[in-house]
Amino acid sequence: MLHILQTALSLGCIYSLVALALFLSYRILDIADLTTDGCFVLGMAVSVSFAAKGHPILGLFLAVLAGGCAGFVTAFLQTRLGVPSILAGIITNTGLYTVNLMAMGWSSNVSLIKQETIFTMFRNTGIGGSWYAIVLGACVSFACMALMYWFLSTRIGLSIRATGDNRDMVSASSINPMFTITVGLTLANCFTALSGAIAGQLQKSADINAGTGIVVIGLATLIIGETVLNGRKNIARNILACLVGNIIYRLIYAIVLQTRIIPIEGLKLMTALIVALAIAMPTIRENIELQSRVMRETQ
Amino acid sequence: MLELIDISKVFNPGTVNEKVALKGLSLTVNDGDFITVVGSNGAGKSTLFNAIAGVFLADRGKIMLDGRNITFEPDYKRSHYIGRLFQDPLKGTAPHMTIEENLALAYLRADTSTKPFSRISRKEKELFREQLRQLDMGLEDRMNTPVGTLSGGQRQALTLLMATVVPPRILLLDEHTAALDPQAAEKIMNLTREIVKRNNTTCLMVTHNLHQAVSVGNRTLMMANGGIVLDLTGEKRKDLTIEDLMRMFREQAGKEFDNDRILLSD
Repeated sequence: MLHILQTALSLGCIYSLVALALFLSYRILDIADLTTDGCFVLGMAVSVSFAAKGHPILGLFLAVLAGGCAGFVTAFLQTRLGVPSILAGIITNTGLYTVNLMAMGWSSNVSLIKQETIFTMFRNTGIGGSWYAIVLGACVSFACMALMYWFLSTRIGLSIRATGDNRDMVSASSINPMFTITVGLTLANCFTALSGAIAGQLQKSADINAGTGIVVIGLATLIIGETVLNGRKNIARNILACLVGNIIYRLIYAIVLQTRIIPIEGLKLMTALIVALAIAMPTIRENIELQSRVMRETQ
Repeated sequence: MLELIDISKVFNPGTVNEKVALKGLSLTVNDGDFITVVGSNGAGKSTLFNAIAGVFLADRGKIMLDGRNITFEPDYKRSHYIGRLFQDPLKGTAPHMTIEENLALAYLRADTSTKPFSRISRKEKELFREQLRQLDMGLEDRMNTPVGTLSGGQRQALTLLMATVVPPRILLLDEHTAALDPQAAEKIMNLTREIVKRNNTTCLMVTHNLHQAVSVGNRTLMMANGGIVLDLTGEKRKDLTIEDLMRMFREQAGKEFDNDRILLSD
């Protein structure tokens, strides 16, 4: 039981970076960035491949860099070449499949057996005892959240927030919206790739299909967190919601896995339903209100 | 000095929706001019402003500012020296960001070399508070309020401040008081006069209020069918009454359109 809790907490911390990335692209910039799935695997592939060669830390940095490049490609397609934003993400994502295979030496999975990872290195320092994975995951997660909070209060961060809020006003403030979108998507994908990179080293393997549905899971966790923390009110809460939502999601996942209330294969469907419902909620509520008013006033 | 030389713009060329919005328009705006622009719907007033602000590229013609050709400069670069207000108070501000954050963005126009990773300094906060106090709306005590919660008048006042916190070379006002209630409209108009006078800003203002058209500023333009049909300054304008303007407007409108509803509604 304790082990399940530990796994849920550590995974929650690590995957919260995906939610953080989607917070930046989906909530702040108002762009559904479908690069996420492929970018997650890209980070994983780069990090595990380098760990397999004995460079786990260098692997993390290069994974972040690779993720940033993927985000830049998506941003370039939509800002400079006029590709619609959703399609831009899908195109990059499709291309990344090949890139990811390449990064794993043209094999569909890479495993680490005895090689060092950042987790084994951290365990050897003795900090956190058997909770070492959670401690490390939480450190990374909080560092990234703090970085995001600071970033959004800088001038470039404010410009990015305004781009999603009122694009006309951004150009009127002498900021190029194409530039802010590019910076935002690049940074978001850095976070996604870092998440994949750390997840890969934790589970000691990278798989070409590991990213399937990550974008939907990320959105689900973001929305769960926002609902629990009532988080659309201010930036700090919204950022914290990424972590809280992830831990809740991972706990639900662990319970399902343990008790088999629903078959584990059904979890993706459940996640999809949660996201669809959560995003549809305002419209559903509006319709219900309208219908009940029609009923009331036409009697 | 702002010069527009033979500017033309056609929307949707070659389709059934083809619309000649500007037809070889030329205009010279002198420094310190405060020009009011009148004309019926579709006369090309907003298109003229969009061309000056760089929202789109004119099909033909040249735009010069102080002898520099700015025809091909994109809107975000021109916003360093051109400020703009729209009729819709929602257009000029970011609703989910606070008053302070909105002002900080507007203040970016001040300096091209502002460090991207710097945050709003205490000095700037004080400057913003001071500026807000001049609006006399109590906004200086609500710097951390999201702009979306302000009234239309307050938002337009804030937009005016944002457009002028770094005094622009040219200020474009596109019916910026038309969507406000009479009291708020008067307040915004007085603020506009004050700010323009203080900075001696060169200013163009579209209005459907003929009283404003003859009483505000030093020059009146009438537009019809994508061109300037009347340009009044000095003595000629001094003697101009609303009735005169309305008569001229009707003549022009009668030539081109059958619609002077807008004019009479004010």
